[in-house]
Amino acid sequence: MRYRGTVHRYGRDVNTDVIIPARFMNTSDPASLAEHCMEDLDPGFRSKVMPGDLIVAEENFGCGSSREHAPIAIKAAGIDCVVAKSFARIFFRNAIDMGLAIMECPEAVDAISAGDVVCVDTDAGLILDETTGQRFPVQPFPAFITEIIEAGGLVERTTGQASVRGED
Amino acid sequence: MIHMPIRTSRPMTMAEKILAAHAGLPEVVPGQLIECDVDLVLANDVTGPLAIRAFDRVGADRVFDPDRIVLVPDHYTPNKDIKSAEQAKVMRGFAHAQGIPHYYEVGRMGIEHALLPEQGIVVSGDLVIGADSHTCTYGALGAFATGMGSTDVGVAFATGKAWFKVPESIRFDIEGTLAPGVGGKDLILHLIGMIGVDGALYQAMEFRGSTIGSLSMESRLTICNMAIEAGAKTGLIACDEVTRGYLQGRAERPWREYRSDEGASYARIIEVDASGIEPQVAFPHLPSNTHPVSEAHGIDIDQVVIGSCTNGRIEDMRAAAEVLRGHEVASGVRCIVIPATQQVFSDCIEEGLMQVFLDAGCAVSTPTCGPCLGGHMGCLAAGERAVATTNRNFVGRMGDPASEVYLASPQVAAASAVCGHIAAPSDVKEA
Ligand code: SF4
Repeated sequence: MRYRGTVHRYGRDVNTDVIIPARFMNTSDPASLAEHCMEDLDPGFRSKVMPGDLIVAEENFGCGSSREHAPIAIKAAGIDCVVAKSFARIFFRNAIDMGLAIMECPEAVDAISAGDVVCVDTDAGLILDETTGQRFPVQPFPAFITEIIEAGGLVERTTGQASVRGED
Repeated sequence: MIHMPIRTSRPMTMAEKILAAHAGLPEVVPGQLIECDVDLVLANDVTGPLAIRAFDRVGADRVFDPDRIVLVPDHYTPNKDIKSAEQAKVMRGFAHAQGIPHYYEVGRMGIEHALLPEQGIVVSGDLVIGADSHTCTYGALGAFATGMGSTDVGVAFATGKAWFKVPESIRFDIEGTLAPGVGGKDLILHLIGMIGVDGALYQAMEFRGSTIGSLSMESRLTICNMAIEAGAKTGLIACDEVTRGYLQGRAERPWREYRSDEGASYARIIEVDASGIEPQVAFPHLPSNTHPVSEAHGIDIDQVVIGSCTNGRIEDMRAAAEVLRGHEVASGVRCIVIPATQQVFSDCIEEGLMQVFLDAGCAVSTPTCGPCLGGHMGCLAAGERAVATTNRNFVGRMGDPASEVYLASPQVAAASAVCGHIAAPSDVKEA
């Protein structure tokens, strides 16, 4: 899969409380969650984000609680891909299970600036900063991760698989 | 027993070997994303109903293999209130409808992480996922076991598969003879104190060395149980004579033995001299906030809890009873003893430990997680302080946010019950 968009740049330890503050978690409706995505860290985020944009962040993105609302909110806000130096463990699982593409690439994070147009190719394993022309190789996604993300999440990918309908 | 000779160009850790075998790959490297067939999928009365909802959302109508799913109502059972009764009912109904033999009703039930090893449900070489963070306990048997969310577990009910990011391993080479009265709980608290609650984040903790070799399976289960308290994905101990002796006669399935290759690469290797370790106490509000018991001496307490998936096995009951025998719980202190499984409860009666507890003035309960998570059977009021053999002492873990939990071994917990303040077992003998 290829993701291409403008970069929103954040620092380290972006936690699940700023991704989606608990006071807005009385719903699990993606569109309502998206309304408040990143609100406490970057109040302007909602007005400037365009569908297909990317988030690029430093270490430990998604640390904090295990709420699955966090990747849901990011995806619903229009972000399809997050590149960070590292992700918190539970966020990493939740992001993939909710169908949000995430990539770890410290070199790319150091080089990419806010506002750059970046293209991430998860099959070829390449991050290209179109603004600067710099290229960063990454581990491509294995086929099953691509399947999960293309389907929109783990539940969606599993739904309808022959094995779960009991037809061996 | 089946030996698994894996031919590979690259030396691997036991964590990598177990994951590779379950992914059908000759080798894996840390950071790699793989999809594995799992041997067991576990849930309890808190996480089970959510997992069942994910299972339903997937559109599945039957589980991938009824023998490989384990459902244990242990957190709020015997049903604490109407809401918990509803939760337990969802899981019971699912177990019945799917024909799941490893469903344990109250009266047969035990705390999941004590029950599965005891009943031989989990064996060496298994890959186990559970919707409970202390699933890592089974590493003591040489299994790779880790906690996941209800969505992952519900989907695995349907597919028998889960995806993993291969973790790096940290190796703990632990040498030396433990001092008398010092056991697995003290050792793991000491290690967590050394590396911190995020010291092994995302990594596998592999425990080895002569100290580990000399420990019973019960003590090893205590150690691996708390790997998550250092942030680890799992704790692991390779199969040896102790493991084989434990599995013999109880393992439901043939087991497989994996050990790390010479030359396998580790994120860190930490050498530990265990001979100087004193009994440990973790002060509020982090398991890593450890001190030797001597530094905690004299801290007044209101309650003692002896039990949980960390220290509710027969060895723990024996250790507590040894300290309590011939003594009484101090006035003003409640001492709650909860054998972790029905079998441990029965063994306590058989061995005369139950009478020791009752004579000492302890309240003894049927197996339940109960007070460990502040659920029921011993919640703390504001300002109250407990010594517990459990694994977490976060703010509010056992009740009111203004209560405090000190974590310790069964010996220290029992001694504290007798003295009415935090104390070492030697303080009781001198009394
Ligand atoms: S005893 Fe405590 S830590 Fe163990 S499974 Fe129950 S609630 Fe969790």
